[in-house]
Amino acid sequence: MERPGWLVNWPVYRQLTGADRLGRGFAVRSPHTEHAAPRTEAAARVVSSVCPYCAVGCGQKVYVGMVGGREAVTQIEGDPDSPVSRGRLCPKGAASKQLVTHSGRQDKVLYRRPFAASWESLDLATAMDMIADRVLATRAATWEESVDGKRVARTLGFASLGGATLDNEENYLINKLWTALGAIQIENQARI
Amino acid sequence: MAECHPVAFQWVVQAKQRGATVLHVDPRFTRTSALASAHVPTRAGGDIVFLGALINYVLAGGHEFREYVTAYTNAADMLPADFVDAEDGDGLFSGYDQETRTYDNATWQPTGERDLTLSHPRCVFQVLKRHFARYTPELVDEVCGIAPADFERIASTLVACSGREKTTAWVYAVGWTQHSTGVQHIRTASILQTLLGNMGRPGGGIMALRGHANIQGATDIPTLFHLLGGYLPMPAAGESMEAYLRRIPDTGFWGNKRAYLVSMLKAWFGDAASAANDYCFGYLPRITGDHGTYRTTLDMIDGKVKGYFLLGENPAVGSAGGRLQRLALANLDWLVVKDLAMIESATFWQKGPEIESGELVTERIGTEVFFLPAAAHVEKDGSFTNTQRLLQWHEKALDPPGDARSDLSFIYHLGRKIRAKLASSSDPRDRPVLDLTWDYPVEGEQEEPSAVAVLAEINGHAADGSPLSAFTQLAGDGSTSCGSWIHAGVFAGGVNQSARRKPDAEQSWVALEWGWAWPANRRILYNRASADPQGRPWSEAKAYIWWDADAGEWTGHDVPDIEKTKPPSFRPQPGARAQAALSGADAFIMQADGKAALFVPSGLADGPLPVHFEPAESPLRNRVYGQDTSPVSVQYRDRLPVRAQVAGHAATYPYVVTTYRLTEHHTAGSMSRTLGRLAELQPELFCEVSPGLAAERGLANGGWATIITARAAIEARVLVTRRNRPLRIPGEGVIHQVGLPYHWGSEGIVTGDSVNDLLPVVLDPNVYIQESKVATCDIRPGRRPRGPARLELVRQYREQAGLGAEWEPQQGDAGPDAEPAAGPDAEPDAEPAAGPDAGPAQTGHPAAPGGTEHHDQ
Amino acid sequence: MTSNSLYGPLEDVSGDAGYVAGHPERVGFFTDTSVCIGCKACEVACKEWNGLPDPDADLLKLTGMSYDNTAELGSNAWRHVAFIEQAVPQVSVLSRDGAGQLIISASAGDTDDSGQATRWLMASDVCKHCTHAGCLDVCPTGALVRTEFGTVIVQPDVCNGCAYCVSACPFGVIDRREDDGRAWKCTMCYDRLRGGLEPACAKACPTDSIQFGRLDELRVTAQARLAELHEAGITQARLYGADPEDGIGGAGAFFLLLDEPQVYGLPPDPVVTTRDLPAMWRWAGLAAGALAAGVAVAFAGRRA
Repeated sequence: MERPGWLVNWPVYRQLTGADRLGRGFAVRSPHTEHAAPRTEAAARVVSSVCPYCAVGCGQKVYVGMVGGREAVTQIEGDPDSPVSRGRLCPKGAASKQLVTHSGRQDKVLYRRPFAASWESLDLATAMDMIADRVLATRAATWEESVDGKRVARTLGFASLGGATLDNEENYLINKLWTALGAIQIENQARI
Repeated sequence: MAECHPVAFQWVVQAKQRGATVLHVDPRFTRTSALASAHVPTRAGGDIVFLGALINYVLAGGHEFREYVTAYTNAADMLPADFVDAEDGDGLFSGYDQETRTYDNATWQPTGERDLTLSHPRCVFQVLKRHFARYTPELVDEVCGIAPADFERIASTLVACSGREKTTAWVYAVGWTQHSTGVQHIRTASILQTLLGNMGRPGGGIMALRGHANIQGATDIPTLFHLLGGYLPMPAAGESMEAYLRRIPDTGFWGNKRAYLVSMLKAWFGDAASAANDYCFGYLPRITGDHGTYRTTLDMIDGKVKGYFLLGENPAVGSAGGRLQRLALANLDWLVVKDLAMIESATFWQKGPEIESGELVTERIGTEVFFLPAAAHVEKDGSFTNTQRLLQWHEKALDPPGDARSDLSFIYHLGRKIRAKLASSSDPRDRPVLDLTWDYPVEGEQEEPSAVAVLAEINGHAADGSPLSAFTQLAGDGSTSCGSWIHAGVFAGGVNQSARRKPDAEQSWVALEWGWAWPANRRILYNRASADPQGRPWSEAKAYIWWDADAGEWTGHDVPDIEKTKPPSFRPQPGARAQAALSGADAFIMQADGKAALFVPSGLADGPLPVHFEPAESPLRNRVYGQDTSPVSVQYRDRLPVRAQVAGHAATYPYVVTTYRLTEHHTAGSMSRTLGRLAELQPELFCEVSPGLAAERGLANGGWATIITARAAIEARVLVTRRNRPLRIPGEGVIHQVGLPYHWGSEGIVTGDSVNDLLPVVLDPNVYIQESKVATCDIRPGRRPRGPARLELVRQYREQAGLGAEWEPQQGDAGPDAEPAAGPDAEPDAEPAAGPDAGPAQTGHPAAPGGTEHHDQ
Repeated sequence: MTSNSLYGPLEDVSGDAGYVAGHPERVGFFTDTSVCIGCKACEVACKEWNGLPDPDADLLKLTGMSYDNTAELGSNAWRHVAFIEQAVPQVSVLSRDGAGQLIISASAGDTDDSGQATRWLMASDVCKHCTHAGCLDVCPTGALVRTEFGTVIVQPDVCNGCAYCVSACPFGVIDRREDDGRAWKCTMCYDRLRGGLEPACAKACPTDSIQFGRLDELRVTAQARLAELHEAGITQARLYGADPEDGIGGAGAFFLLLDEPQVYGLPPDPVVTTRDLPAMWRWAGLAAGALAAGVAVAFAGRRA
């Protein structure tokens, strides 16, 4: 005999008619429980990545899904295929999703003019243009063609200090542009 | 290792379960110690004595791997009669100039003769033996606080676990380099490992556990003042291309230097680079000595450096002498900070400690600051090089939010703007930037440049435009281009080899098809040494690379680190160059003589052999030589004074202070203190003290303590722990060490004082890395004073210690003459855009000369 | 309902909870604390996967208890790594045995003035997913439920925050969240299990201190590891929660410890709080059955 849906889903009915007479298991499963599934199954895509913290280079899988109508990273976990890490992560690696999604992340350009007591907003294109102007003005004002009669063709007027989480490709272009501009105080965390 | 590289430590745990002995030698009892076979506490800064005594143990007992040493090292090299070892010079080698505090290495050069019996008194092996003879277990006891019986057990274990059948690996974190003798620490370990035959073999080596995702890559494809790609040096003032090339050896694989350099110049300057103009070698700026980050910081204070880019770096917290760093930032014309979250280096003008103390006044700081938000690792394509030289590609998952951009995007678009602004220039100094190859395809609405295209340029191209597959294809005639010769092959066949991800389970244990390691996808460097001179594995248990006589080639588990078909019997012709000058039994192919350097005739500023000196700040005199501290360390005493050496330690700063990291945080904290998940795990700065020191100074667990050095006073919570064991030094009594993790600053979810403020700026003379693992301090209960009283406390201590007054801050009186309102924007209610639109003319720094703060004038 | 539904060994814990034959094998955690490095990856991976709330920054304080700032399991901390610093008798970790091998000891350490060595124990605690779970037995709403994997979870869409479960747990694991009032604890990543994935903590654990798998297989693994440690002279090593004869019928999440359970903050002899329920049940069950039957009849009558 076919039972009406409401009835078979009613915990008390299931408890009385099934094997879960104490109502501690099958009989009392809720819709939330019935529908439980890993959210990674709903990911729009998953890409392969590398942990951004230390230099061990643990493999990561990054899951992207929809959150509040927008694409967002929904999970980052270890890549079991990696011969480096075998899917494991330390607490920092395990917190990588929060590194990407945390509310303290800045996503707007800020500008502090000389002697000012607070930040102002500034649009990205203007900021880039201003920075280009400052690089060129400083370079022009501090150019050294020679030192002690020896050609150096450089500027000591501006310097650059990079973090060690920048990609190889980023470092390559930084070194290439700054060097071509004659800057030599191009440094990174490796000396610190 | 468990503390800062937990996932790598899984392999140590596995090895231990399979019978390996794990010895942990560290001033600090860490999570590594907890799982090691034994923890050996030692005094910070005693490393060369400890390692030197192990070398002495090996040599005195005849425990060296003699066949390996004779064949693969320069042990047989004869030194000239006028070479004076530090042993005979009371810590100084021949060639020392007291005036300049530098060495001339003329007397260190081998004569060219070799004594394969290793018995001549002037051969390297015998010099080495005499040099380390005074590094005895008793000296280890006196300097490091390690009892002779314990030392004997460590040494005998090391010897028993090295040789044909077994290998020992040394693993260090880069705190080992953060000493005024840092390079020589690694050198001492290298000598030890080479004598024991532990280099170039599986399970051997010296593993630097580096602390950042791409810090290895940032050295290989450098942003370092003294290097170009692939460890080519930067040219010096006035240097021609020929003179430059003469500096690099003719033999060994560096002998192909012209091909490496010219190919790099072709990658950068394209068609503009030709034989006629030395491939634009003249376009490169020239260095004149030290342009390291600390020198640059001082030059900011002196007003020589006007602008600064901080791309994912936070020197206000992360560099030694935080006050010095912030004073430097406050004296810039302009500063660009690019980071994921707000960092202390961007807000020093708002809430730095010097604002609180009154040393700096916001309205008198003329620095114009741009904060640009950065893209996270999942928001861009690119490669990281891990600590084993393994390049791994990370794929972009989604666009960065808002104005956030990758650094690749920033530098590329900035370069475009700069080139556009200079387009009509006829000034020769603008030619280099205008002639740059700067044409990368862009993708998406954000016009993100293609990282793959950049990687392809780094890999390089043959004359026909096809991607190179090996650095051996490079030519010095301009027909090939290659951004970094050691990376040739990463884009072999037009395929991004760094993105390979063949599952671990589906390939060999060496995993050659996961990512790509420079050079040539080789996983263990100098692996030719895993076979004997005849090309046979030293033992079956340690077989790795061997000569297959039937096939006429090297084979094995890895990519052989020697020309594939060069037989072990090969002997070079006289006058041969590059790799052709090395025999088939020369395993160390980057060396000019193909030999591992037990003795280093050139390239080191502080001597061809390691010598123990005390740290610049130490509670002890040097027990080994008359000279207390390194005679050639780089010190800026007038800027950030070092406490004068004192006998004994019952003085103003009686304790050793050492700094370190915690598992739960990351360096200067901007990637961990900003995350709730990590902030809650270690919410407050703390100092670790022994129960004995706590009793001596009245410190209560969970309470507050103030730590004072000659530079600064900071406060921290107290963690009394028996893991911090005082060291008993014969003749000195007990030495207490205060341990401090350095992750805190004023930004983020959890905040605290910055430990690096305590440190002096004393540098290793080879690499200009600061001594941040040892200084001396006092510690007392309670919180530090607020406001100007904090400075007063530091001053009182300095007075008591008899230190000069030059450190005294010039509070508030060195600001600009102009009132704040007279800054670049006279109208207080001007539109925000008014500043930016007014352009660079405004940055003719209103604060200079006499700029903000000149603390030392 | 079998005779051991509430106490004693129980072979098929899911079957006892009404899951038909062919349900998944019972799974669990074996936490081998002898290889725990206290990195807390388990704590973070758990929070990230389960979306547990971030702490109130203003309340974050150093506890002063070694490197442990989590302090205890709770509604927002489903894994907790305990750190215990001990003074222990010096063991000759660097001495050699007859075969010339170094004796490997987990209690390595250097000595203080009194000749005592230091040992730093670390252990990742978690809900035990008891064979006989007091929380489950006392839950009046059916919010707590035994899953097909043999684990015990709180169903947030059912829980009304009555907190009976909180006092019923012999380990003090389950806890109410202050903001929503509901009870929360480890689910052994029930959603991940449903998708064939291992729980987040076990997956992240760098040294495999947290192992996930079929409980019967984990018990075999644990016995082998215990024998290995005993052979190495670490006689204090013991299993905790692995015995089906114990007061909770054996835990679904059990441990290898290097000292007494109390040292780690674990009860030495936990007993399910509902052990004596069967005696009471005979009476209460009759009453409940009568009531339920009455309700069912009433509903059926109305639908008809």
